[in-house]
Amino acid sequence: MTRHIRRAAAFCLLLMLALALNATRIQVFQNDTYDGNPANRRQTIARYGQVRGDIFVDGRPITGSKDTGEQLRYERTYRYGPLYAPVTGYASQTYGSTLLEGAQDRLLSGTDPLLAPFPLLDDVTRARRPGGAVHTTIVPAVQHAAYSALGDKQGAVAALDPATGEILALVSTPSYDPGLLSGNGTTEAQRWTTLNNAASKPMLNRALRQTYPPGSAFKVVTAAAALDTGVVTDVDARTHSPVPFTLPGTSTRLSNEVEGCENASLRAAFEWSCNTVFAKLGSEVGLAGLVDTAERFGFNDPDLKIPSPVSRSNMDRSMDPAQVALSAIGQYDTTATPLQMAMVAAAVANNGDLKVPHLVERTTDASGRTVSSTHPASLRQTFNPGTAALLKELMVGVVKEGTGANAAIPGAVVGGKTGTAQHGIGNAGLPYAWFISWAQAKDAAQPGVAVAVVVEDAAADRDDISGGGSAAPIARAVMRAALTS
Amino acid sequence: MTDRTETSVPAVQVPKRRGTELALLVLAVGLCVYGYLHVGLAVYGTVPRNVADYGGGLGALALLAHVAVRLRAPYADPLLLPIAVLLNGLGLVLIYRLDQETPHDQAALAQLTWSTAGVALFILVVVVLRDHRVLQGYAYLFVVAALALLLAPIFFPAVNGARIWVRIAGFSLQPAEFAKILLAVFFASYLAANRNALAYAGKRVWKLQFPTGRVLGPIVAIWLISVGVLILERDLGTSLLFFGLFVVLLYVATGRTGWIAVGLLLACVGAFAVGSLEPHVHSRVQDWLHPFATIDAGRGPTQLAQSLFAFAAGGLLGTGLGQGHSSLIGFAAKSDFILATAGEELGLTGLCAIFLLYAVLVARGCKVGLALRDPFGRLLAIGLASILALQVFVIAGGVTGLIPLTGMAMPFLAQGGSSVVTNWIIIALLVRVSSYARGQSDVYDSSQLPEED
Repeated sequence: MTRHIRRAAAFCLLLMLALALNATRIQVFQNDTYDGNPANRRQTIARYGQVRGDIFVDGRPITGSKDTGEQLRYERTYRYGPLYAPVTGYASQTYGSTLLEGAQDRLLSGTDPLLAPFPLLDDVTRARRPGGAVHTTIVPAVQHAAYSALGDKQGAVAALDPATGEILALVSTPSYDPGLLSGNGTTEAQRWTTLNNAASKPMLNRALRQTYPPGSAFKVVTAAAALDTGVVTDVDARTHSPVPFTLPGTSTRLSNEVEGCENASLRAAFEWSCNTVFAKLGSEVGLAGLVDTAERFGFNDPDLKIPSPVSRSNMDRSMDPAQVALSAIGQYDTTATPLQMAMVAAAVANNGDLKVPHLVERTTDASGRTVSSTHPASLRQTFNPGTAALLKELMVGVVKEGTGANAAIPGAVVGGKTGTAQHGIGNAGLPYAWFISWAQAKDAAQPGVAVAVVVEDAAADRDDISGGGSAAPIARAVMRAALTS
Repeated sequence: MTDRTETSVPAVQVPKRRGTELALLVLAVGLCVYGYLHVGLAVYGTVPRNVADYGGGLGALALLAHVAVRLRAPYADPLLLPIAVLLNGLGLVLIYRLDQETPHDQAALAQLTWSTAGVALFILVVVVLRDHRVLQGYAYLFVVAALALLLAPIFFPAVNGARIWVRIAGFSLQPAEFAKILLAVFFASYLAANRNALAYAGKRVWKLQFPTGRVLGPIVAIWLISVGVLILERDLGTSLLFFGLFVVLLYVATGRTGWIAVGLLLACVGAFAVGSLEPHVHSRVQDWLHPFATIDAGRGPTQLAQSLFAFAAGGLLGTGLGQGHSSLIGFAAKSDFILATAGEELGLTGLCAIFLLYAVLVARGCKVGLALRDPFGRLLAIGLASILALQVFVIAGGVTGLIPLTGMAMPFLAQGGSSVVTNWIIIALLVRVSSYARGQSDVYDSSQLPEED
């Protein structure tokens, strides 16, 4: 009997051993699988168990946190929700986070390894770092100016400092209050549905995430290509361009909205936005040259992040000659985000040295210690420095003599380019009015601001005057705010 | 008879070890009070108001039990009582901790009251039962009582799919808990009396020696009735426990390995049949095989999945008491799933410490079985020890996904009056037999022997 008692005892102890081994499997070897299961609420509870770090504009927070006392304790709040929505995005307990809230999520929620001086020690003690702070490059006066200038119109503004790439304003209208989506209740679900179903698409960030046909505003790129490739050597020389211009390989005839474009010089054609001249110049530059220049400005780059992701601006890489001619005047499949067009203006303003556009000046931990800071860096040399002076002249001419007179600021040098684009089947959609520009204060060494404005304008008709009519005054307001602040 | 001549000469005075027990009790109560403080500090940042009441209450219970042992079972194993107090106190800490998540369902005080009742019964058993062999005489009375207790819940409504409750005057009792002690006594008694007949009489088929039906009949009948009733009541954990207990005792009594084989075969056939035919059990088996199937199907995590999440969240060192989220398990977090809270907040380290406490308890029970000389006492000690081991395995294995989940109480830890009271009686019986075993060479024992013979 003794032997059997021993065996029974050994059996009982084996059971205990099996339990301990199985617990080891779950708790030590496979715990990551369980921790990462989407139905496991623990990570979410921990994430919202502490105050989220704030986003700052000019040293002042534009976000906050609210203690709800619920299982997911802290909810995001926004001080000037609609004004800064295109900058911040939303941080929702139900719908995740977007734009800066999304791109800087790990820092704001305290999980960024950069926040922890001793990550291994934190793993053992299970310490969670308080959320860090994100300081943006936005200048409140410029942001306000853009927001109020757009007013009730549907559109977007992107403003850059051409010398540094700092984004001074990022506005999209109509906007929404991202704080409406912060929580996790049924109210948030209703708001989400309402916002998503709204015809005016208030949650769409038009400055970064919407591409528009750039229309004549694209002629800056075509002019740069024509000058860089030597197709045009003298901006005041006659161009031998007929009106109407027959698209190569087709019988389609292209004409102009204005008179006097036949054989017009590059300067005159740029000032009065002659489609015939630029279509012909584009054909002469050719597909490869045009695409190369466009890509130097940032077209066809799907990975641009500021650090919010920016949609890809498009210029087709394979086209027939007629399509190349149309692309040269910003039509066919060519599309651009407002930020992309601001980069075009900024590149001209900064003599071809295109700086990396960025929205975050620096990030800090909760105590204010700097975690990272952004220094100005060149993205690309977009065209020859010799071309730069000519392009600047052309753009200044548009404001002084041409279609962009509405953007003139007394006491400052302003260069600009208008644009209008039709879209939709039979051009039935709302036309887009563009204005891209830069401005240099009288006593400044270089231009201090580059802007792109797009307005989805029902009143805009086909001619380029409307770009100057509805978009240029907005650009002027933004540039004036940038030069004076 | 050689044994007798040796023991009649009290050459070596066996140490009583009551001082060790007292020191360990102080340690056990101290650990529990520390845990209680920890919960209060972690959740509210303050020392809980009633820490003195709680610590004092547990300390008083431990002290009373210790005095009873010192007076009536002076040679008892000094580890049994402190481990029981530590597990019971730890259970109270965990329940108190979970109470903080459920403001409208406070269970710690009720559990403390039940623990008091349990300790009272412990003292009663230690004081009244002077010699475990007396129980042999009541074996048939016990088995009738056990069957009555098992049948009782059939007359009461089912709760959460299982018909295991009896409600009297506002109290909910689980009679099966008490029945397991009675059945253990009966099995031990019957097998002790008939073990030779079971082992050596009867037919031999191939390599297996089968006992005669006359000897085996009654015990198989009673076992079948118990298991059958439990399946009717859908109390699968307890039926598994009874089955395991039966096989272990039969093996120890007869020494026939064949019984293990037959037992396992029957168990497999039975488990397969019940698992595929009975919908309640079938779903439990499916949950066990695919714990996350409901998540993939968009119906959210099952309790088992939540339990696994809790264990995984604990990791090696745990989140610390009061800082986990095991309350996400929801219903039965304080009873069947109490181990998940221990796993999350105390980590693998704490969990292994708990398993080790149970293992020591079981090992000490088995040691008593080895030290005793009367077959009934030996079988009783092994039976009680294996009840603890099997119960821990069935429920801990269930909530950690090792075996299909069946509702059962983690001994001493889980919320549940019947369970805690029953476990205190088991400890009382082990204390009684261990004192007898270690004191056999003592005057106390030899004064008893002539009466027995």
